[in-house]
Amino acid sequence: MAAERRLAPRPGLVMDVDRSTPPILFHHGEGFRLERLPAGRSRIVYPAEPLAGLPDPEGAIRDALLNPLDSDPLPSLLRPGMKLTIAFDDVSLPLPPMKRPDIRQRIIEQVLDMAAAAGVDDVHLIAALALHRRMTEDELRHTLGDRVYDAFAPQGALYNHDAEDPDGMVELGRSAHDELVTMNRRAAESDLLVYVNINLVAMDGGWKSTATGLADYRALRHHHNVHTMQQSRSFMDRPSSELHRSNWRQGEVIKAHGPRIFQIETTVNNNTFGHDGPLAVLQKREWEWSGRDRASFMAMQAGLKAMPVAGRRGVFNRWLAPYELTSVQAGAVEPVHESTTANVLAQHLVPVQGQTDVLTMGLPYICPYNVNSVMNPILVMCLGLGYFFNLYRGRPLVREGGVVIMSHPTRWEFHPAHHPSYIDFFEQLLAETTDPAELEAKYEEQFATDEWYVHLYRTGYAYHGVHPFYMWYWGAHALQWLGRVIVVGGDTRAVRRMGFQPASTLSDALEMASDVVGPSPTITHVHNPPILMADVE
Amino acid sequence: MGIAHDLGVVRLGRRLPSPTRALRARSFPLRAPTVPGGVEPPEALRRTGVYFDTGWSRRWAARMCRAAIVEGPMRAMVQVLASPRREGADRLADLDGAVIFAANHHSHIDTSLLLTSIPEPWRHKIVVGAAADYFFGTRLAGATAALMIGAIPIERARVGRRSADLAAGLIDDGWSLLIYPEGGRSPDGWGQPFRGGAAYLSVRCGVPVVPIHVGGTSAILRKGRTMPTPAEATVTFGAPLRPEDGERAPRFAARIEDAVTALADEVSTDWYSARKRAHASASGTLTGPDVGLWRRQWALDGRRTPPTRTRRWPDL
Repeated sequence: MAAERRLAPRPGLVMDVDRSTPPILFHHGEGFRLERLPAGRSRIVYPAEPLAGLPDPEGAIRDALLNPLDSDPLPSLLRPGMKLTIAFDDVSLPLPPMKRPDIRQRIIEQVLDMAAAAGVDDVHLIAALALHRRMTEDELRHTLGDRVYDAFAPQGALYNHDAEDPDGMVELGRSAHDELVTMNRRAAESDLLVYVNINLVAMDGGWKSTATGLADYRALRHHHNVHTMQQSRSFMDRPSSELHRSNWRQGEVIKAHGPRIFQIETTVNNNTFGHDGPLAVLQKREWEWSGRDRASFMAMQAGLKAMPVAGRRGVFNRWLAPYELTSVQAGAVEPVHESTTANVLAQHLVPVQGQTDVLTMGLPYICPYNVNSVMNPILVMCLGLGYFFNLYRGRPLVREGGVVIMSHPTRWEFHPAHHPSYIDFFEQLLAETTDPAELEAKYEEQFATDEWYVHLYRTGYAYHGVHPFYMWYWGAHALQWLGRVIVVGGDTRAVRRMGFQPASTLSDALEMASDVVGPSPTITHVHNPPILMADVE
Repeated sequence: MGIAHDLGVVRLGRRLPSPTRALRARSFPLRAPTVPGGVEPPEALRRTGVYFDTGWSRRWAARMCRAAIVEGPMRAMVQVLASPRREGADRLADLDGAVIFAANHHSHIDTSLLLTSIPEPWRHKIVVGAAADYFFGTRLAGATAALMIGAIPIERARVGRRSADLAAGLIDDGWSLLIYPEGGRSPDGWGQPFRGGAAYLSVRCGVPVVPIHVGGTSAILRKGRTMPTPAEATVTFGAPLRPEDGERAPRFAARIEDAVTALADEVSTDWYSARKRAHASASGTLTGPDVGLWRRQWALDGRRTPPTRTRRWPDL
């Protein structure tokens, strides 16, 4: 059955809820809830089944490198004595981390093999993490493989981008909108910059890879701000995204004054939890759960219930997704990204008719900024109102003034090494105001230039001091759009601190929502993950 | 002798009943018939060497038994003696179905090391090509090898259709094959030229060959020694190779040897340096320089893994 599905994956589905609809799975942090939605006025948006992976990934990568879009083949760009830099997406992609070998390892090994054939000696590899935390050795080994790590890391030729290195950044110029463009010095001064990415969602890739991934705070502030986010409808849809327009303008500067770029972009399918195995049930539609699926789900629930939170987190953090490569394209940034986006949308897009009064979502244990870490309340907000809310094309799934109901434990808990500035942001600033614009105006600069946060970012494994602001801005469009945000099953104090309303059950939450949207509202549940993007007409 | 004689032990022994002597005293049909002159007796059914039947060792019960041996005592022994470092298994991620694993060969421990290193799903559905004249010389030795490591007899002294047909049939049935293309253990620590068996089977059956480099096992139990010495070993899997269109076995065998040579270089330096040398055809050689014996040994010293046995001074 599983094999048949792989061969003929079904597209996404919008299903109206009736009396015979079984309880629906809601992700709930490191656990799950089964919830019944009101019949007759609810619908569920299911993601498409995983598209078939490429039968010969190595061959496809080689073909992309030898037949690039609007570029000479990679081997012809390589020569002895040149400076070659390979930059790659950091630990925030894909989610969850994928099984070995990671796509980036496959690609970078082939790029390096061609560089070796050309006799290139001066090669550096840089994790393009912008203001994210540095990757650990284990994470780099997982991403690039032991062979690449052992060949380059001991000589200092494989390292994390450092946006606060005073000697490590260069200014490339300013865009037509007076946006400063900065870049990692080694990348900027290279004869060729090869960028290797994974496009998990439509937001990723394109000029955002280099203009953001290898930049510093001075350049990022031009598009990582409240105004840009509120003007992006949504930032998952590039033509309607102010975030991308700004990145593309910076890309023009890089094209004019930066290094030659050979962009390699990839897409993966929706096989987040596997066709078989202990979590396979999570990507099946509830009415298709077999006896075995139900038994495994109940056993998983019972096991998780018996474990402490740290144990549950450990179990989920060890999950590696069996993603399969669905496309790989290489060459000039723009044509590559056009092709990549089309391939991402082919997997994620689900047509949906009209908006809804209430949007419900079950938030999982992971978002891009808590890989091998803790999902703190700010990241809960960012995942729900930033990522899930913005996974639309056309119009938001929920009408203006509507309600979003998120399901997540939302514990008052932070990873002290990874998210130190988040703690201060949450405990001090959000106690004063939750207005993104006010936070930006009063405190962003202070956190961004705080020497202690800079020190932790550069020498520890901390996200940059300004990062919690960006997470809050990520939800600015949703905060502006929505009438109310309710969190089911969350820590009451933490939920209230963010300006949201806590509810014990989904029924309570729907009751509370009726205060805003009236009695008997229409409800839409996004059955995400695996990832879907609503194409709202 | 004198005492035994005095005690009458010798005479007693002669008087004791002996089944052999009793049988010899009987005539046909109790004893084997004599051959009349002028006739050629039919050749006895040969059951050793390449004729040893190993079919039983691939049945369910024998496989279970072998899996228990491999995962239990064999893995423990390998861990104690070789402390192996295993690299490159991720290169097999896209493989599906039967595979030919071709490794260089230094020591009897190589097979145990590889059987505990080759990843699933191949580890427990694999046969090992073993020298018919060495491992299948007697029925007891053959049965032991077939049961313990899943050995099948391979003729190495001459080209034989029987062992090739057996190996090809098993590959067609979905069994993977571990084979040492050098044909035997290294006599002096350097490798030997690869023969064409693995390449021939790959071309014939249409399955990929995974080159493997095994390092450090000559320090554990090199040819000619009987007692092992603990040392560190490495197992490095290479990227799968397939014969190109129209490629014949000898040329493909040379490519397999080059791949193992490049892996050896990768182990001793790093992957990127090794790739640069491989592209420049400067990966060195598995077989060592073509010079006198002592100079070969001299050249080997730089590559030899030192034994980890701690040296102890005598108590004075």
